[in-house]
Amino acid sequence: MKNAPLAEFASALASGAVKIVDLTFTLSPDFPMIVLPPEFGQAMPMRIQQISRYNDAGPGWYWNNITLCEHTGTHFDAPIHWYTGKDLPNAALDALPAADMIAPVCVIDCSAEAAADADFLLTVPAVEAWEARHGRIPERNWVLLRTDWSKKDMRTYANLKDDGAHTPGPDAEVMRWLVHERGIIGFGTETIGTDAGQGVHLDPPMPAHHYLHGAGRYGLQCLCNLDQLPPTGAMLVTAPLKIENGSGSPLRVLGLVTNGT
Amino acid sequence: MQASKRRPYDRVVLTAPVTIPYVRFSVESAQWWVGRALKGLVDAAGIKASDIDGLCVSSFTLGTDTAIALTQHFGLCVRWLEHIPLGGASAVAALRHAARAVEAGDADIVACVAGDTNHVDSFRRTLEHFSRFSQDAAYPYGAGGANANFALIAQNYMRTYGVTREDLGKIAVSQRTNALRNPHALMKAPLTLEQYIGARPISDPIHLFDCVMPCAGAEAFLVMREDTAKSLGIASARLLGTIERHNAFANDPVQVRGGWAMDIGELYAMAGVKPDDIDVLETYDDYPFIVMMQFEDLGFCKKGEGAEFVRSHDLTIDGDFPQNTSGGQLSVGQAGAGGAYLGMVEALRQVLGTAGPTQVKNARVALASGFGMINYDRGLSSGAAIIAGASS
Amino acid sequence: MTEPLIRPKRKDPLKRSRQPTLPPAWRSRTAHVLTRVAAEGRFAMQFCPACEIYCYPSREACPQCLTADLIVKDAPRDGVILSETTVRVPSDVYFRERAPWRIGLVHLTCGPVLVSHLHGDCKEGNAVRMSFQIDKAGQAVAFARPKAETPFMSDDKQWREMTADPKFRRVLITNGRTPVGQEIAQALKAAGASILFVGIAEPWKPFPGEDALRGIEGIDIVPLDVSDEKSVFDLAADIGGKVDILINTSEHIRAGGLFDRTGTTTSHVEIGQVYMGLVHLAQAFGPAMRSRGADGTNSAAAWVNILSAYALTNWPKFGQYSAVQAACLSLSQCLRAELRPGGVRVMNVFSGPLDVEWFQTLPPPKVAPRALAASVVRGLKEGLEDVFVGEVAEDIRKRFAANPKALERELGE
Repeated sequence: MKNAPLAEFASALASGAVKIVDLTFTLSPDFPMIVLPPEFGQAMPMRIQQISRYNDAGPGWYWNNITLCEHTGTHFDAPIHWYTGKDLPNAALDALPAADMIAPVCVIDCSAEAAADADFLLTVPAVEAWEARHGRIPERNWVLLRTDWSKKDMRTYANLKDDGAHTPGPDAEVMRWLVHERGIIGFGTETIGTDAGQGVHLDPPMPAHHYLHGAGRYGLQCLCNLDQLPPTGAMLVTAPLKIENGSGSPLRVLGLVTNGT
Repeated sequence: MQASKRRPYDRVVLTAPVTIPYVRFSVESAQWWVGRALKGLVDAAGIKASDIDGLCVSSFTLGTDTAIALTQHFGLCVRWLEHIPLGGASAVAALRHAARAVEAGDADIVACVAGDTNHVDSFRRTLEHFSRFSQDAAYPYGAGGANANFALIAQNYMRTYGVTREDLGKIAVSQRTNALRNPHALMKAPLTLEQYIGARPISDPIHLFDCVMPCAGAEAFLVMREDTAKSLGIASARLLGTIERHNAFANDPVQVRGGWAMDIGELYAMAGVKPDDIDVLETYDDYPFIVMMQFEDLGFCKKGEGAEFVRSHDLTIDGDFPQNTSGGQLSVGQAGAGGAYLGMVEALRQVLGTAGPTQVKNARVALASGFGMINYDRGLSSGAAIIAGASS
Repeated sequence: MTEPLIRPKRKDPLKRSRQPTLPPAWRSRTAHVLTRVAAEGRFAMQFCPACEIYCYPSREACPQCLTADLIVKDAPRDGVILSETTVRVPSDVYFRERAPWRIGLVHLTCGPVLVSHLHGDCKEGNAVRMSFQIDKAGQAVAFARPKAETPFMSDDKQWREMTADPKFRRVLITNGRTPVGQEIAQALKAAGASILFVGIAEPWKPFPGEDALRGIEGIDIVPLDVSDEKSVFDLAADIGGKVDILINTSEHIRAGGLFDRTGTTTSHVEIGQVYMGLVHLAQAFGPAMRSRGADGTNSAAAWVNILSAYALTNWPKFGQYSAVQAACLSLSQCLRAELRPGGVRVMNVFSGPLDVEWFQTLPPPKVAPRALAASVVRGLKEGLEDVFVGEVAEDIRKRFAANPKALERELGE
């Protein structure tokens, strides 16, 4: 039977053998945004303007206009987002291969380290230690950094101080290593940005952006519910909007988890 | 430049005094009231409406109509037409204009009519849009209307000349005494000085019985040459003299005198009479203190002696100085512009000897005065006329 | 002696709110020369330069020489009350509800006699200080006050109808993140405001001065992002019925005209923050304020916009900023018209460049946020409509009045 794998998948979904976990924050106007020095152009927060709600503007229906940045809320970064990826083929969202929108995922739990140190940086030895327990990260896998940051209130989630944001992320070397030594498809975090809050002070600055997009890989950020994913064996569905020449997009990120793993 | 001396009137008369009895509120239009007055004139003079070849109208509540619209409304084909928006000075002005018209032969029979309706709320509307200066610079201050404006003048007048409320009360009480003999007066109850003093304040020092009651009504008379009246066989009174003045004494910071004071000598000279010769006085009585001001400005006493004059005279019909014999607006009611005519029409009846219950014995010469148009802070228009009955 | 105001008790929820009524509002076009001077707190009247006389009420020609060339000239404020009356039975609902009401004839030392509202501490024969005030109908009226300060003078009931005094009123300051918002909060507190609601957008973002702001007694920090429709309406649902004075301190200052700005994002943000902010605030808070214009001692009284003087004429160095300010100025006129039936006034406070980081490179003079805050309080207490703060704003006002084209060219150099 040609359709056997999908039929099997359908029955696994129906039976609950495969569970779907929503890894997405609600898109709302008050969700924190990336903060850049104010003299730079700014990402606009989500804005919702009601068109009608069963009223004189539309008696039988409810709908809204929305405005938002490509990088608002739980969102996907395309290679073209960073200068390192600007000349790559298929770097923008409208050229994103559909095949890249479903991929396996490895989840590295650093929630304890992040709780202890808001500036915690993921390093190569830490990933090697994870591989020692869960096996080598396969190529074309997503790697998600679990910090439980998504469980914080908004002020500590953004965690802005006099010198900027203090949130965990990867160091420069681990990003180079994951991209070039492990061939990951992308890297994702619970925080605002794939890089650490202080990532601009690393070398190169913003190494996740630098290495991921420079190699045509993707970023995911503002994820939640990572604690419901197993270290290995789950799949991610990540289909951003097909925005013309888009650099990123809010999206619904779904994790497919085999029950009992 | 020396002002010219006016030519005396050449046998100009007033006839056919008409009053359409007043009501407090009316559902009829001002046009209805003017129509009743015109009918009254025709009936009183025994003429046809088509005999009227001159028309003069005064009213606040005709809406968009002026005298011209009324010619078609009432089927009058006139060769002389006037609309006089001078409020309390309208009757004197109407008489003056009409007199010269009939004297010159521009018209033979001029109907002078004033009438207003009084719908619920129409008085407030009249106040609100009374005049541009009033609307810009007076009415928005407490919206007291004429009461508040005249209160400011009264307050200053009373303080400056030592006038007491008792003095003003005597005027109001005397007029009420007169009104009790006038079946058309809206005020039917006697008024005592105690009631006057104890009345509720409206706009200090103006109290309730200092104020007229707005109502609906109409007044009218005819002006013609004496020979016309004779040929119609109707009794008439001769016009002896008149004055009219507007915006006098503009530099008085507060009004303490009306325009009469500028012209009073001319009035008596033209009429060939003296104040002592006046048998009946009909003043414009929007407030008792304005009556007192007229006693001064019309030459019955000096400025500042008004209070003493009042104290030393009996102002009732049978008194030594009969004044506002009908009861005046204070007791009859103020029928809008009809208020200007009230005194003139009553004066005419008095000298014709047809005033009935309010008749002053042997009334031969009467003076009727008018005052009007508180455009901003003072009354702007004043006028007076002296008329005499047939025996003179 | 003025009876001091008593702090209003909490409102009885069973009690019907008195609906606003207005004093007589109709005026001739020429009478609006006084509206203009009253808006700015000046005392000026028509004047005939040839005859050297002041003319009042406003008219179309000099009553001495009949020239139509009357100018509007500032006049000495001194006068004497010639006569007074207490109007006890007004014919108009607004005054009937507020009777007895005192008025007088005031003889100005410069000539004219004015029918005038009287402060309770002024009596017949007193020398007084005159002003033109904006009444609840938004029209200019003459007002006589004692020459010297008297106890609780600003609590006078007739005077309070002419002002939006913050005493015992509840105030919403829409943006407390800025030095301007914070200084205004301190100033309004000092002026006797009973409750200060202070809006904070993006509360997850710390801001300078936060601790001091939170330390003000009676302050209520509320979530408010004026650029977000929902945020504004949510707050209005909570406190819209108890905002007596709304002070719109929303700001977004960025340099740049058209060619020296890359893209339109900044333009969108400044429109979203400032223009749309005003739209959202007006739609969310305006109707409730309009309905509460006669709601006792702490009735809704005023809406304040902090604007740039460059709303009058574009300053190309801050060209798009100026344009948004101009849009807000225009919209404030719409708001003023729509709030007028409630007797709620709209006061625009025009400032020159502020002494804040976004005008860092500009030379002095600049306006200290504290000075701006003081002007807001003064304007509310005096019942002004247009307040110009600082030398630059005053300079622009005068040049704009003299020749808007000259100002346009000079600002563009």
